[in-house]
Amino acid sequence: MGVGGLSIPVIPMEAGGGYEPPSLEKDFTFHGGFIDGVDWVNKPFVQALIAAVIILIFWLLISRKASAVPSKSQFLGEMAYDFVRNGIARDMIGGTDFRRYTPYLVALFSFLVVNNLFGMFPLFMYPTMANIGYAWGLALLAWVIYNVAGFQKHGMAYLKLQTVPSGTPWWLLPLMVPIEFLSNFIVRPVTLALRLFGNMLAGHAMVLVFVVGGTFLLTSVGNIGYQVAGGVSLLVSFAIFAFEMLVAVLQAYIFTVLAAVYISSAISEEH
Amino acid sequence: MALVPHNFSEVVMGILLVCIIWFVIAKFVAPKFEAAYQERRSAIEGGMERAELAQQKAEAALERYEAQLADARAEAATIREDAKNQGAQILSEMREQANAESARLVANAKTQIDAERTKVLGQLRTEVGGMATTLAGRIVGESLDDDERARRTVDRFIADLETTATPEPSGRS
Repeated sequence: MGVGGLSIPVIPMEAGGGYEPPSLEKDFTFHGGFIDGVDWVNKPFVQALIAAVIILIFWLLISRKASAVPSKSQFLGEMAYDFVRNGIARDMIGGTDFRRYTPYLVALFSFLVVNNLFGMFPLFMYPTMANIGYAWGLALLAWVIYNVAGFQKHGMAYLKLQTVPSGTPWWLLPLMVPIEFLSNFIVRPVTLALRLFGNMLAGHAMVLVFVVGGTFLLTSVGNIGYQVAGGVSLLVSFAIFAFEMLVAVLQAYIFTVLAAVYISSAISEEH
Repeated sequence: MALVPHNFSEVVMGILLVCIIWFVIAKFVAPKFEAAYQERRSAIEGGMERAELAQQKAEAALERYEAQLADARAEAATIREDAKNQGAQILSEMREQANAESARLVANAKTQIDAERTKVLGQLRTEVGGMATTLAGRIVGESLDDDERARRTVDRFIADLETTATPEPSGRS
């Protein structure tokens, strides 16, 4: 399958046959298409690259002439930067440490927002994060960052801080330590990745179902009810579309906030 | 399996791209924003400091003026008090002076009167003595002018007159 992520099946004129429902293999799997013989340079790959370029250009342009009295464009950039810096980094991490992690969080949030919005964006029409590899990658990076932050701050005591909640009676330790370890070192990154991936995949799949199904019904012949159902289905797809835009931004926000929360809990004194 | 990446490149790309953006933001974007914030904060703080300084100055000036006003008032009060005192003093001095003057005048007059009286008395005595002697001489027919006895007699007579007559006029003066 090539660049077009959304394929509208060819519908035979005879009613009843030819409907191909959206599927993981058909609509969420991409093979090459850009460089002959290189299978992994596919649509999501190019999207991620384009997203990175857009983001870099945006930030570099907007911060180019940053001054105490902001211009209009700087004001816009500051709003975006402050949203992550003050709304996420400072609120979650606090203290003076938050400045260290602000650039990472800003990068993460912008990368996620742009890639998620690609799911609704003409030309792309596919959320990059619906490919689980990207979600795994970002979760792995977050995992490394918060653990490194913890070890940097506390040394080996970090392991104890993360696995022994303060005030645990000694006889509960055999139970608590494995649970805490599982929760803080394994479940966190996994949920981080799966939440993002699941939301993006499901949202896009839902849009596909309504659009593909609605189009199929609208073009089916034999019963006026098909057209009515198809029309309603397409109208509903717009609502879902709008909803997906919210989800796209929300999931980017949640991922970033959780990354900040994990960093904060890694560098905090108390568990 | 759905949870396995289709290509391992996806994982690498996810990490790599975020790291690149991270690096660029940390290196070029965040410092500029932070510097702008810092500048803005110091500008605002500086402005506030200046305003505070101005207010302090104004307050100090007001305090100074009030102190000056109070000083001036106190001074005026002192001056008034002094003037009053001085006036009273002058008044009493004048009164004293006037009293002294009047006393002096009275004393002068008295001495003068006394002197006049003594003079007049002396004159009278001689005149009355002369007249009486002349009269007596005329009556007796002989001159008593140069007679020592006659003079003593006249003197005694006048002294007798004085002792009987003077108590009334001398009590008046």
